[in-house]
Amino acid sequence: MHPAPSVILFTSLSGLGFGLLFFLGLGMPASTGLVAFVFYAIAYAFAVGGLIFSTFHLGHPERALKAFTQWRSSWLSREAWLAVMALCVSGLGAIAQIFFETRINAISYLGATLSMATVFSTAMIYRQLATIPRWHTPWTPVLFLGYSLAGGALFAGQVSLAMPALCVLAALQVVAWMQGDRALADSGTTLATATGLGERGSVRAFEPPHTGTNYLLKEFVYVVGRKHAAKLRIIALILFAGTPVLLLALEFNHILALLAVIAHIAGVVTSRWLFFAQAEHVVGLYYGKR
Amino acid sequence: MTCLPSSTDKKLGLVIDLDTCVGCHACVVSCKGWNTENYGAPLADQDAYGENPLGTFLNRVHSYEVQPEDSPAQLIHFPKSCLHCDDAPCVTVCPTGASYKRTEDGIVLVNETDCIGCGLCAWACPYGARELDGEEKVMKKCTLCVDRIYNENLPEEDRVPACVRTCPAGARHFGDLGDPDSDVSKLVADRGGFDLMPEMNTKPVNKYLPPRLKDQLDPERNETHALEAQAENPQGLFAWLDRTLEKL
Repeated sequence: MHPAPSVILFTSLSGLGFGLLFFLGLGMPASTGLVAFVFYAIAYAFAVGGLIFSTFHLGHPERALKAFTQWRSSWLSREAWLAVMALCVSGLGAIAQIFFETRINAISYLGATLSMATVFSTAMIYRQLATIPRWHTPWTPVLFLGYSLAGGALFAGQVSLAMPALCVLAALQVVAWMQGDRALADSGTTLATATGLGERGSVRAFEPPHTGTNYLLKEFVYVVGRKHAAKLRIIALILFAGTPVLLLALEFNHILALLAVIAHIAGVVTSRWLFFAQAEHVVGLYYGKR
Repeated sequence: MTCLPSSTDKKLGLVIDLDTCVGCHACVVSCKGWNTENYGAPLADQDAYGENPLGTFLNRVHSYEVQPEDSPAQLIHFPKSCLHCDDAPCVTVCPTGASYKRTEDGIVLVNETDCIGCGLCAWACPYGARELDGEEKVMKKCTLCVDRIYNENLPEEDRVPACVRTCPAGARHFGDLGDPDSDVSKLVADRGGFDLMPEMNTKPVNKYLPPRLKDQLDPERNETHALEAQAENPQGLFAWLDRTLEKL
């Protein structure tokens, strides 16, 4: 899949923002006043910023409001609703904490739940696609929620929680990568089933329908940089898990925490780039490519 | 509404005969021609006369080589367009309701004024049947020439999809695949028509007819043997050449 910067930044940043909103909703940390304002400002900057990036992916962003209409069938539409509800409900909780120095538990917990539901619905947009075997697995929501929770804990300064969470996340990601590398082969979809000609012999793509490229090849058969995938995976692990855990293990101060957060963001973006760039769409089979 | 209808009155679709298709791409050209000038946004090209031409097409013809274990390889031309699936995954993922499947005839269409160009329907389609237009930024797909098949301004023989009308080999057939007595349904039953990627559970309406197996070479006759040199009883100029060359 074409790793569009808009979608990578959208899923990475909004995942981290909603992760932080989740912990703020749980009262971790249970701050009020100016401190609460700074925490919520960061959370909203990431969550809303990510959502704004997602509109750059649209051909007609001026029609984006129409995306709220099909929540009965479409995960993308559900995500739009959940994101707005999570931001509104968490916003009420934030106003209570910042301006009235009080916590309304019912609202804050609801905001936290909606924040995770938003991340889950984002993941389901990808998980539902049988056409991309690497994504069509429960690992996709597990990882999206994992990145959101571990990153949220890190952003919220929950050091004792963030360190084990990042280690677990790294382990989950490694297993998911190994599973993903086999996903297309395990899916059973091949050029033989794509053409229905497999029973008579081995099928080979002889001539493509067009000499140049097209939308399908540009969008679904992205191969640039795949050869560095192994190195990028190690870099991603070092950035999103290794570096923050090491820095947090040293004495806590704000400079080290900031470095840990920056490394984590870079790692999440790298890993999300791989999520898209390494995903093989079955339409590539028609072109004898993957 | 992007929920799929539980059933459709008709299942209009195409039956493509891989035995007859000669790979001339006439269906590709006629499809582009009709659909650029009619329903919805035109099928745009970018850099059409430059080094990297690119364009939107609703129908494309692949060519595959099939190598059986014990007979000669076979070249099969393979036209591919929207299969108007009964369980169309492209419809249910649409967040705006722009994509829909018609209850009356099963045709899958895009309402272009509702399309936000997110591309998710093209991601959900296993067949590569949808392409985002590079100029209009809306999703384009085969309409089964919905503006021809019901068009009473056209002579009756033209009220079929442009690709079917133009195919010089008669490799494309149009009809109601929901009616077991229709010509297309009988053709599918007679010839063993099949689905593409059945494991995707999309339940395509369009069917493909398998190509016939090639004749086997007779092992008794060495048919690949080079022809014998022949110079028996040459006449005229050849007789003179024959004599002269013999003397050398």
